[in-house]
Amino acid sequence: MSAIGTGPRPLTLARPGSAQRRPPRGSGALWRASPLTYVTLIATVALSVFPIYRMLVVATRTNDVVGDVPPPLLPGGNLPENFGRLFATEPAHFARGLTNSALASSVVALSVMLFSSLAGFAFAKLRFRGRNALLLVILGTMMVPVQMGIIPLYMVMVKLHWTGQLQAVIVPFLVTGFGVFMMRQYASQAVPDELIDAARVDGASTIRIYWHVVLPALRPAMAVLGLFTFMQTWNEFMWPLVVLNPDNPTVQLSLNQLNSAYFTDYTLLFTGTLISTVPLLIIFALFGRQIIGGIMEGALKA
Amino acid sequence: MGLELRPPPTRDRQAEVPPVPSADAPAPSGWRAGRSWLDLKASPYLYIAPFFLLFAVFGLFPIGYTFWVSLHDWELIGGREFIGLQNYAELMVDADFWNSVVNTFGIFVISTVPQLLIALVLANLLNQWLRARTFFRMGVLIPMVTSVAAVAIVFSQLYGRDYGMVNWLLGLVGVSPIDWQADKWSSWIAISTMVDWRWTGYNTLIYLAAMQAIPRDLYEAAAIDGASRAKQFWRITVPLLRPAIIFTAIISTIGGLQLFTEPLLFGSGQMGGGSLGQFQTMTMYMFENAFRDYEYGYGAAIAWVLFVIIILVSIVNFLIIRRLRSTS
Repeated sequence: MSAIGTGPRPLTLARPGSAQRRPPRGSGALWRASPLTYVTLIATVALSVFPIYRMLVVATRTNDVVGDVPPPLLPGGNLPENFGRLFATEPAHFARGLTNSALASSVVALSVMLFSSLAGFAFAKLRFRGRNALLLVILGTMMVPVQMGIIPLYMVMVKLHWTGQLQAVIVPFLVTGFGVFMMRQYASQAVPDELIDAARVDGASTIRIYWHVVLPALRPAMAVLGLFTFMQTWNEFMWPLVVLNPDNPTVQLSLNQLNSAYFTDYTLLFTGTLISTVPLLIIFALFGRQIIGGIMEGALKA
Repeated sequence: MGLELRPPPTRDRQAEVPPVPSADAPAPSGWRAGRSWLDLKASPYLYIAPFFLLFAVFGLFPIGYTFWVSLHDWELIGGREFIGLQNYAELMVDADFWNSVVNTFGIFVISTVPQLLIALVLANLLNQWLRARTFFRMGVLIPMVTSVAAVAIVFSQLYGRDYGMVNWLLGLVGVSPIDWQADKWSSWIAISTMVDWRWTGYNTLIYLAAMQAIPRDLYEAAAIDGASRAKQFWRITVPLLRPAIIFTAIISTIGGLQLFTEPLLFGSGQMGGGSLGQFQTMTMYMFENAFRDYEYGYGAAIAWVLFVIIILVSIVNFLIIRRLRSTS
């Protein structure tokens, strides 16, 4: 983590100067963190990391040690073997689950980025009849819980003969009201009207303006939206459980399959949890600062 | 708001397409002018069309149709029969349903209240001059980016009766092993810790962002007046954080009342939520009826009631937190 100490760039925009980086002159005691603060924060981080670390410990050991007292605290050397066993465990279809989840999450994330930026641009920068009413409709939908429509949605899938197939967990999620709203908010402030007007005077069509002016300006927010959508789709549990079969699962369903087994094989289960978490951790390691920035800038607030 | 019957800035648009051809630019032909008129008028609808088409089919229609389904005795096999509001009437006297309501609210309260309080404290700690700021921020947020089923599985194992680490730790201080799944309270606490572990960091960052927007002069003035750190926190920070608190309370309500994955995996994937339904949530109950027993009509009625409850609780939350302002 080379990022330590420098802080995400957009966050400091709200406060001019380097107020956060340097203790203020004369009132140091007011803002400087005490050792107790550090101890508390380090303990918090330790608690945050512990369950993930626990996955690693159990996933690298054998079943014998799972009940050991005191519990093992260091990883063992059994990871490759557990890997092999996991992917060979027939009812879990783990490799299938992983590829399905990766594919579905990527497609959904890309689609949400594309369609949200298009619609967000239109709502923020173009004038058309019914704009405000349609925006209200989108805002209203953001309040409605997913479960609300799950039964008819399942009926639709049955009609389309999509049950058990991967498109059932992709197509219904290709757009989100949240994404459109987020892009609209961001486009309103990130794309100056003068820029669009200037492009128009130069004879650019709306789609060219979208592509050459709006899209580059939206890129940071789109990245955050894409990352969040990817993680959300990766973690989706209830709908895949409804519509998919255990032999064509997402990674979460593979885990559920392992977890529901009559005799729980803990090292196998934990190897599965580790593998299902690692892609998200990689994303977080690479883009954690953008994700934090996105949450804190309020771009992700409804 | 409402419909804009006449978009006001036609003036601007005309200005952009110069009606008078200048000397060095060729006059726009009729075809080109027509095309750009079409581009201005029609293309916005083209850009929002994908959203609304997909949303109408997979979002709006299912939500509305849920209500229609809920008015029927509608089963997978055996067709359907219109029965009016009978599903709702049945639901009102369904002890299992009310059990799931109590469970959901129990878990919701004992998870959300500490979660938001801890987040407030953590945000206050992070809102200081700190070394390794980004490290700490990432550290508190990392639980949010773990796979949700993985978390539920790890925690369930930590709460295991025989080999669980929590019982082992409690044993060190002389507490005899607890069968966490067996009782309402113990299972609610176990599930709440999963939820809190995952979401506290997110709320912390929301609060932190709001705290950073508070002008520092306020604190400096208060410090000059001799207000302690604690007093400043309660008198300045918390009141100014109210919009953020309302936001997190509503988000937690929407999420908390739909709780599903954590209790499901805590009970090894069984929809029943424990031997006596001690941790069966409303969503689990809906799922059990709709997709295990294939009682679509009854399941749809549960979904609607759940929706109404979420709206009511969100409004109550909002009113309570707004009331706090006027009293303090």
